[in-house]
Amino acid sequence: MQEMNSDTILAVENLSIRYRGTPTDAVRNVTFNLGRERLGIVGESGSGKSTVGRALLKLLPTADIKADRMQFRDIDLLNTPEKEMLKVRGRRISMILQDPKFSLNPIQKCGPQVAEAYSNHIRCSKKEAKQRTLTMLESVQIRDPERVYGLYPHEVSGGMGQRIMIAMMLLTDPDVVIADEPTSALDVTVRLQVLDILDALVRDKGIGLIMISHDLNLVRNFCDRVLIMYAGQVVEALNANEMHKAQHPYTRGLLAAQPHIGGPRQPLPVLERRPEWLEDVKVV
Amino acid sequence: MIAYKSQVRAAVSKAGTIAVTLLGLLTLTFIIGRVMPNDPVRAIVGEEATREVYENVYRQLGLDRPMWEQFYKYLHDVVTLDLGNSVRTGQPVLEDIIHVMPATIELALFAIIISATLGVTLGMVAAVNKDRWPDHLIRVFSLMGHSMPIFWTGMIALIVFYAKLGWVGGSGRMSQFYIGLEPNATGFLLLDSAMAGEWDIFRSALQHIILPASLLGYSSAAFITRMTRSFMLDQINQEYITTARVKGLSQCQTIWFHAFINIRVQLITIVALAFGTLLEGSILIETVFAWPGFGSYLVGNLMIGDMNSLMTCVLIVGLIFTVLNLLSDILYRVFDPRTR
Amino acid sequence: MTDLNMTPGVKPAAQKSKAAKAQWLVSTQNLVLFLLKNPTSAYGLFVLALLIILAFIGPLLATHDPYIQDLQNALQAPSTAHYFGTDELGRDIYSRLLYGTRISLTIIGIVSVIVGPIGLAIGTVAGYLGGRVDTVLMRITDIFLSFPSLILSLAFVAALGPSLYNAIIAISLTAWPPIARLARAETLTFRQTDYIAAARLQGASSFRIIWRSIVPMCLPSVIIRLTLNMAVVILTAAGLGFLGLGAQPPLPEWGAMIASGRRYMIDSWWVVTFPGIAIFCVSLGFNLLGDGLRDALDPKQLNRR
Repeated sequence: MQEMNSDTILAVENLSIRYRGTPTDAVRNVTFNLGRERLGIVGESGSGKSTVGRALLKLLPTADIKADRMQFRDIDLLNTPEKEMLKVRGRRISMILQDPKFSLNPIQKCGPQVAEAYSNHIRCSKKEAKQRTLTMLESVQIRDPERVYGLYPHEVSGGMGQRIMIAMMLLTDPDVVIADEPTSALDVTVRLQVLDILDALVRDKGIGLIMISHDLNLVRNFCDRVLIMYAGQVVEALNANEMHKAQHPYTRGLLAAQPHIGGPRQPLPVLERRPEWLEDVKVV
Repeated sequence: MIAYKSQVRAAVSKAGTIAVTLLGLLTLTFIIGRVMPNDPVRAIVGEEATREVYENVYRQLGLDRPMWEQFYKYLHDVVTLDLGNSVRTGQPVLEDIIHVMPATIELALFAIIISATLGVTLGMVAAVNKDRWPDHLIRVFSLMGHSMPIFWTGMIALIVFYAKLGWVGGSGRMSQFYIGLEPNATGFLLLDSAMAGEWDIFRSALQHIILPASLLGYSSAAFITRMTRSFMLDQINQEYITTARVKGLSQCQTIWFHAFINIRVQLITIVALAFGTLLEGSILIETVFAWPGFGSYLVGNLMIGDMNSLMTCVLIVGLIFTVLNLLSDILYRVFDPRTR
Repeated sequence: MTDLNMTPGVKPAAQKSKAAKAQWLVSTQNLVLFLLKNPTSAYGLFVLALLIILAFIGPLLATHDPYIQDLQNALQAPSTAHYFGTDELGRDIYSRLLYGTRISLTIIGIVSVIVGPIGLAIGTVAGYLGGRVDTVLMRITDIFLSFPSLILSLAFVAALGPSLYNAIIAISLTAWPPIARLARAETLTFRQTDYIAAARLQGASSFRIIWRSIVPMCLPSVIIRLTLNMAVVILTAAGLGFLGLGAQPPLPEWGAMIASGRRYMIDSWWVVTFPGIAIFCVSLGFNLLGDGLRDALDPKQLNRR
């Protein structure tokens, strides 16, 4: 058990989540601390990584959340009533969702949707909210923010949509941003560009970032630390530059299954899954 | 520019479809009125007419001409708005209909406001509480409205709320006392009496319209409720709702400013369609409440077997239905940014 | 050679229709179980069953002859002698209601028998042949759909003359378009399948393909859709009866009973109340059953439960 030092923004201890009507926990005993850093959570589909992200915002109406501790700065997330959570969501913790095609309201213009995130938390005139939005759109490298402000989501490209999403979620200067597969719906060519924009903003503003992804390489290059999740548990926590020191066979398997340029020209090893990994593990 | 062209093409093809539908409507009313086994002459001359009188009228109506010629004449009459006289009133049918229509439209508008308010509210509550008790309760409640034989509910409601409790007015559009005194500018009694400052008549009219309009509204609310619920469920499971929640909007704000705003367009089209079914229900309810509108007029013609006037009425209803369908289509195109 | 290649083509079609039949039985069983689980749709099933049973054994339960007038006993309030009272001609309302179930069942039965085949025929032919035939048939369907059903059936009965059977015919004439639409939509999904293509390659006529391969596949959903329509049919029939265009006196049709009792309703509430409740119960039953069926057949909803 780690003490919460001044750098820690978010401390989670033994988080377990169970969807109502299901026999087993979707997430078991997840423990981690987040400082002003970029933390990656990697896992295959169904490993519970997205569920963790949404649980931090308490956005799971059909699930029960249990934890020893879920401390965000001075706020005990676990016991915060819904009314107080409204002030946390979008203002202090926000989340970038996967696919702008679905995560933006299809029949409202992009600009007002972004501005709503600001005016919902900060008392201001409509004009000021719009001004803020335009500045923010510019800082996610949208060249003609006035025009984009008045476009509908179906009129912008995927990469542009995701930049709008980033603008929306960073507009209020939150302390923590959760990015839930932010680039997996994008073309490979614009992925890096979007990531760079996100990276620059997060660094500039000193925001703690939780990056949820299934893409080990991406997380490894982009984050400071990486949590590997398997079947609802964190099986291993590593520094991104020390991936080769991985102990857990699942992590090692994942690494071995990556192709390398110039590597041996043999079939890649098949990832194995052992039943004993489903048993409780303790990661220190 | 290309989008503009494709829109013009869509409009032209839509117009073609409508033209064909209208021709179909005319054919159908012609077939029912002239081809099916009934005797339009008898309605005019009565049962005891001599053979000579009968044959005179028979020739006057052109029934001795070949069928295609009769059809051509029918088309010509409709296009020139010469739809013949009503046997019952002796007036041109079209004039009669224009005269009675405001009463029905007033009733139907009043009813559709009740129906839409009730249906949309219930549908939203049901969707938010999906598969919990409010959902089940609303489902049964709205289906009950849909299952009532409306002529029967009308009678029972008259006994209870008028005869026994005296809360509302009885049959007709207003109390007998005011008949002949009402102002007449538009034919919409509530509007006319309010404009003329005749508040006694206005109150009487309101007391008389509230019961039939509520019953009519309740009976058609089931459709609106069901559609609202299913539209809302579609929206609630969308990812953009999560985005709104992440922004820090409350459940209520999310439902109202995002989900509801998004189904607005669909709801308008549904309400336009419900308005049509409501006109249908008004035929029975007008009979029960002696409401001097289109339904009563139609049933009156029916009772004396005046097929010509009856078919004109049917044609008008078909026209209204077609226009409503078209209207809901246009509304959808105008209001949904994705179809622009 | 050609023969060898073609013969296997027969089997898929034949097997498919046999398999469909067996599957049909199983899914019906599942369906009934699903419907019974939900109290509202269970009520619907119960009403339907009750209606059929009463139509058969009603005369055994009746306490009086539904047609014998007894003016001495006119407009009697409900009592042990007359459970639901008597009407203006002294006839026992309870017995008349029981006999009325036969009329309701007749209406439902005949309408189904007429509407099902007409709708199926038009829908499958339009869907399978496509092209101009499809356009023409669907345009006709749309024209019928552009009239509200009650008004169109009013016009038909007015032309045919008021009677129970004419009312049934009129209702049928207005009830087939939705069925045709549905059958067409279903047909379009089957049209491209391999077993239809196999049958066609073999030289089966369009009629044969529609009759042997497409109609059986459309039948379940058409039957369900018919059930859904029955609430509307019951209400329309009652409405026509009320306007004096349906069953003629002295037939104990529920809508006509309400119409004839209307003059006495202020002093003798029972004359109109009980027939109305009967119509309401049956139509609510069909509505709830239909609602349950819709849920049961919506795969999205099933998974969520």
